[in-house]
Amino acid sequence: MEKELRLMKGNEAIAEAAIRAGTDGYFGYPITPQSEVLEYLMAEKPHERTGMVVLQAESEVAAINMVYGGAGCGKKIMTSSSSPGISLKQEGITYIAGAELPCLILNVVRGGPGLGTIQPAQSDYFQATKGGGHGDYHLIVLAPSSVQEMADFVELAYDLAFKYRNPAMILSDGAIGQMMEKVWLKPQKERSKEAPAWATTGKTPDRERNIITSLDLDSNKQEQFNIKLQDKYREMKEKEVRYEEFQCDDAEYLLVAYGTSARVCQKAIQLAREEGIKAGLLRPITLFPFPTKEIRRMADQVKGMLSVEMSAGQMVEDVRLAVNGKVPVEHFGRMGGIVTNAEEVVESLKTKIIGG
Amino acid sequence: MTEEIIIAGFGGQGVLSMGKIMAYSGIMQDMEVSWMPSYGPEMRGGTANVTVILSDERISSPILRTFDTAVILNQQSLDKFEKAVKPGGTLIYDGNGITRHPERDDIAVYRIDATEEAAKLESSKTFNMVVLGGYLKIKPVLKLENVITGLKKSLPERYHHLLPMNEKALSRGMEIIKKLN
Repeated sequence: MEKELRLMKGNEAIAEAAIRAGTDGYFGYPITPQSEVLEYLMAEKPHERTGMVVLQAESEVAAINMVYGGAGCGKKIMTSSSSPGISLKQEGITYIAGAELPCLILNVVRGGPGLGTIQPAQSDYFQATKGGGHGDYHLIVLAPSSVQEMADFVELAYDLAFKYRNPAMILSDGAIGQMMEKVWLKPQKERSKEAPAWATTGKTPDRERNIITSLDLDSNKQEQFNIKLQDKYREMKEKEVRYEEFQCDDAEYLLVAYGTSARVCQKAIQLAREEGIKAGLLRPITLFPFPTKEIRRMADQVKGMLSVEMSAGQMVEDVRLAVNGKVPVEHFGRMGGIVTNAEEVVESLKTKIIGG
Repeated sequence: MTEEIIIAGFGGQGVLSMGKIMAYSGIMQDMEVSWMPSYGPEMRGGTANVTVILSDERISSPILRTFDTAVILNQQSLDKFEKAVKPGGTLIYDGNGITRHPERDDIAVYRIDATEEAAKLESSKTFNMVVLGGYLKIKPVLKLENVITGLKKSLPERYHHLLPMNEKALSRGMEIIKKLN
């Protein structure tokens, strides 16, 4: 498979990119608006192309535990779901984080709480970035804002997950999952034949037994492990922050938005500038680690910030922590599966920040 | 050049595939494209719509409140999207089943009786190609040869024998579209 230009839905692009990135196994269960991931993989029969296993599990809980098992063998393993299904997976996710295993989890977010709606939302930010399951842990969280990034972030997520032995999440939403755009697909990468040193692939005489567990009944040892995890998260914050600036150089007002909202905000900036309002956008690409320093730096330049999310206001808390009271920070966003439009973002910027 | 289009009608009229063919054709002309469908329960027997953006530049928001062109294929969609056309923009609609016609005079309004024409062609499935032909006559942003290649790409091979019929539908659409204001 060579490099190739295609017109694809976000969900299809990530599925094809997963095959090409040399994924060893995918375990999932269908749910709107991400069912195309599983459907595409089933139709494509990747076991014939690369030997990749694709399995529809009997439930989300089963799927995430299959991910746990595969990841423990040092394989590149992926699962995907949408909000209610991701909630079901949380027990498995915290075990995987506690066992320090790499894997890729895709959440194509829909509105909640509960079954909510099948339309796009960004209301799982807290769940994705602050833990989600129990215990002190973090996922590496990447937020694509185009179909191209849905494809590109697969390899990035695996690289980071294996580098830090930590589960990585691609936090998308129904709009990016369902829309079609141009996408350049990378050439096929071979599946790795070698397992990492920590993988439980059967003990050989020349080494100690590898143990994968999230349990330690000795509190002193468990605390040492917790400290190690926190060191790991600190290192991510130093080295792995990714973000994109859009018309920030002369900006007097800053929009902060990720995913679909970041696309809407680019249009809002265009409209605002037509009215003479110098607005810019900072788009976090990694939601954990969050671009705290970069937002703090912008607080020295701008008069106020508006965090635009399709939620009641979740990321706005991290923006406020970064800004630490230096300039006003407000939230704007629609909920319930309604995608914010550019005109109302400009209106909100005027009433909440410029006029306020 | 940026052309922001909404195509709206009933599920089953070929709204989404018409948009897809336009997006394919745009790619063949090295344009940036986005295709954002309505999805979920509203598709099943109810209304379906798709936002297509064709541009020479990077596309910002794939979801829009106002449009350069609205292609309207039923009454509900006309009621919903007539007001969403930008002043100076274009509205194209199929007159079949329409009881309240477009009223705005700050946009160009075109009528295309595509349902009737598809019936004359004895192929109701070519309906959306008649509409697309009409659109291309008014907004020649896509080259016909690219549209035909786009059609080929989006149709499974087992339907390729229907290509000549679809090409005929495209050219009939170009002929029958008429300006109302």
